[in-house]
Amino acid sequence: MSAPYLELRGLGKSYDGRTRALDNVSLTAAKGEFITFLGPSGSGKTTTLMLVAGFESASEGDILIEGRSIGRVPPHKRGIGVVFQNYALFPHRAAAENVAFPLLMRKMPKAQAMAKAAEMLGLVGLERFGGRYPREMSGGQQQRVALARALVFDPALLLLDEPLGALDKNLREQMQIEIKAVQRRLGVTTIFVTHDQSEAMAMSDRIVVFDGGRIQQVGAPLDIYRYPSSSFVARFVGDSNILAARLTDPAGGQAEIAGIGTVRVPALPAARAGDAIELLLRPECLKPGSGLDNAARLTVDVIVHFGDSALVTGHAGGTPLRARLEGLAAQGISAGDTLPLSWATSSSHVIGRDAAG
Amino acid sequence: MDEAAGSPAVSRRIAPQRASLRPWLLLMPLLVFLAAFFLVPLAQVAMMSVTEPEFGFGHYASIATDGFYLRVLADTFATALLVATCCLVLGFPLAYAMAAASPNMAAAMMIVVTMSFWTSFLVRTYAWMVLLGRSGPIAALLDWIGLPHGELLFTRFSSTIAMTHILLPYMVVSLYAVLRKIEPSLLRSAASLGASPTSVLRHVVLPLAAPGVVNGLTLVFVLCLGFYVTPILLGSPREQMVAGVIGQQIEEFLNFGEASALAVVLLASTLIVLGLYHRRFGLDKLWG
Ligand SMILES: Nc1ncnc2c1ncn2[C@@H]1O[C@H](COP(=O)(O)OP(=O)(O)O)[C@@H](O)[C@H]1O
Ligand SMILES: [Mg+2]
Repeated sequence: MSAPYLELRGLGKSYDGRTRALDNVSLTAAKGEFITFLGPSGSGKTTTLMLVAGFESASEGDILIEGRSIGRVPPHKRGIGVVFQNYALFPHRAAAENVAFPLLMRKMPKAQAMAKAAEMLGLVGLERFGGRYPREMSGGQQQRVALARALVFDPALLLLDEPLGALDKNLREQMQIEIKAVQRRLGVTTIFVTHDQSEAMAMSDRIVVFDGGRIQQVGAPLDIYRYPSSSFVARFVGDSNILAARLTDPAGGQAEIAGIGTVRVPALPAARAGDAIELLLRPECLKPGSGLDNAARLTVDVIVHFGDSALVTGHAGGTPLRARLEGLAAQGISAGDTLPLSWATSSSHVIGRDAAG
Repeated sequence: MDEAAGSPAVSRRIAPQRASLRPWLLLMPLLVFLAAFFLVPLAQVAMMSVTEPEFGFGHYASIATDGFYLRVLADTFATALLVATCCLVLGFPLAYAMAAASPNMAAAMMIVVTMSFWTSFLVRTYAWMVLLGRSGPIAALLDWIGLPHGELLFTRFSSTIAMTHILLPYMVVSLYAVLRKIEPSLLRSAASLGASPTSVLRHVVLPLAAPGVVNGLTLVFVLCLGFYVTPILLGSPREQMVAGVIGQQIEEFLNFGEASALAVVLLASTLIVLGLYHRRFGLDKLWG
């Protein structure tokens, strides 16, 4: 395989010389890939983006595009499009002039730049808004102008820092689809920052999970969801049951959980009997009845109906357990009931062990 | 209509009216003071300009035709413009650095900038006399470098530099007020879009700072028009400013009529500048 399109090599950053905002961040991305940085506030997502854009300089490490270091290239020569959370549109320029700005900076003749800006505004559904000033536009419209402006000069990379954070839920979901569509159409390599795991799941080719200035895990959305490498990732991405268990037969895939008893787990040939493990059971993998590989009896504390599904919270012999049942299957269940549940061994995951086992 | 008569809505509408008298009552001492010591003397000056020594508009006619007065007025405007421009050129980088600095640093810089406000006007003017004097440090420095220089003191140069120093804080505060409000992300996004630092300055910072620039220029210009002590003590006797000539007319020639007419012309010029500013931007913005 040839050199990756984008490579972050051991990036580190300290703002004050003592605390580390970013530590040994390494990552590669293929051309056209849509990568999402997901993590709680303060985990280093923005810092990484600022280093890539060149607004801050790395304390350690390097950034390469197509094998060439851009670590010493000033931001205005990097050719990287950035969309900020507050849009950062120029308030003294109309939408079309905002979009034409990067072209004019590249010495494109005015008429040609305005024509290209109009075309780009069309692509984000704002063909008739070129004359509006940012203050005359809604949040969603400003967001689209910012996107058009960051894309109009065919950037080497597109960086978006929580671009949808200020929008309401419906608009946010619509913008997720639109951004994804435009990104795909132009084939621009993209890094998207969010702290919203469902947004990350919906949009990304790959998700990079950050915590404490370090990368915790990199993978396709479903791989991260199904095979989290730590209980932090398991909790941060999706709803979860994390059960403390003790291996009784690693090679055969058997473990003991307090209150539930012996269960089958994915085989762990390299582990030893008696090892403590954390077993991840996603709530939707627990099914009513006892037809699957492993069974537990859930005493219901609370049930919340959402229509299409219901979330049942309770415990099995003292171990807290959450189950997400189909709406119809959950009809008639009430607090205090005891519910037989079962799950397929293959739907469970031993945290921190390879998916392959 | 009937149902509204005794409704709370009506009494609520009356209450603020009564309350709104209070600020005026509080303002009364100041208004009386201003009327007694500012408006009345001002009216007297205007009166004198057309009655002293006899009734008529002769003083205004002579101001409009006399080459000396016209030159003084032209010099005054030219000096005010020069001082305002110098303040802008010197103040902009300073205000820009303050806006970019950390809050603590900006506060420290602001204290240094306004420090000269706390020093008496006269002290600062005499300080410049010492600095620019024939045996002062600046002359010594120029001699040492070997730069030929004429007299530094009692020239347009010396009065301009001193007035620039005195008025600089007004400019810096005006500029800082607008520069501080420019979002850092705007500058970053301009850079990411391909704007070099000079392009960012030209296409983003300056347009957004324009109100502060106009503000600062107007403020410094208007304040400079009326300067008296500094040009008298430091300036060239051949290039006087209006205020100085007014003083001269009174002290040396006891020509109260001519002096009053000049004062009215100066006041009118100032009001015209402020009026133009007001029509374009609104006077309430002048002090930030
Ligand atoms: N300009 C800055 N100066 C000092 N510390 C900063 C600065 N920006 C971020 N940090 C610190 O760096 C860490 C990572 O922040 P950030 O990258 O903004 O996280 P995220 O974007 O994931 O919320 C945080 O601890 C934050 O306090
Ligand atoms: Mg952030």
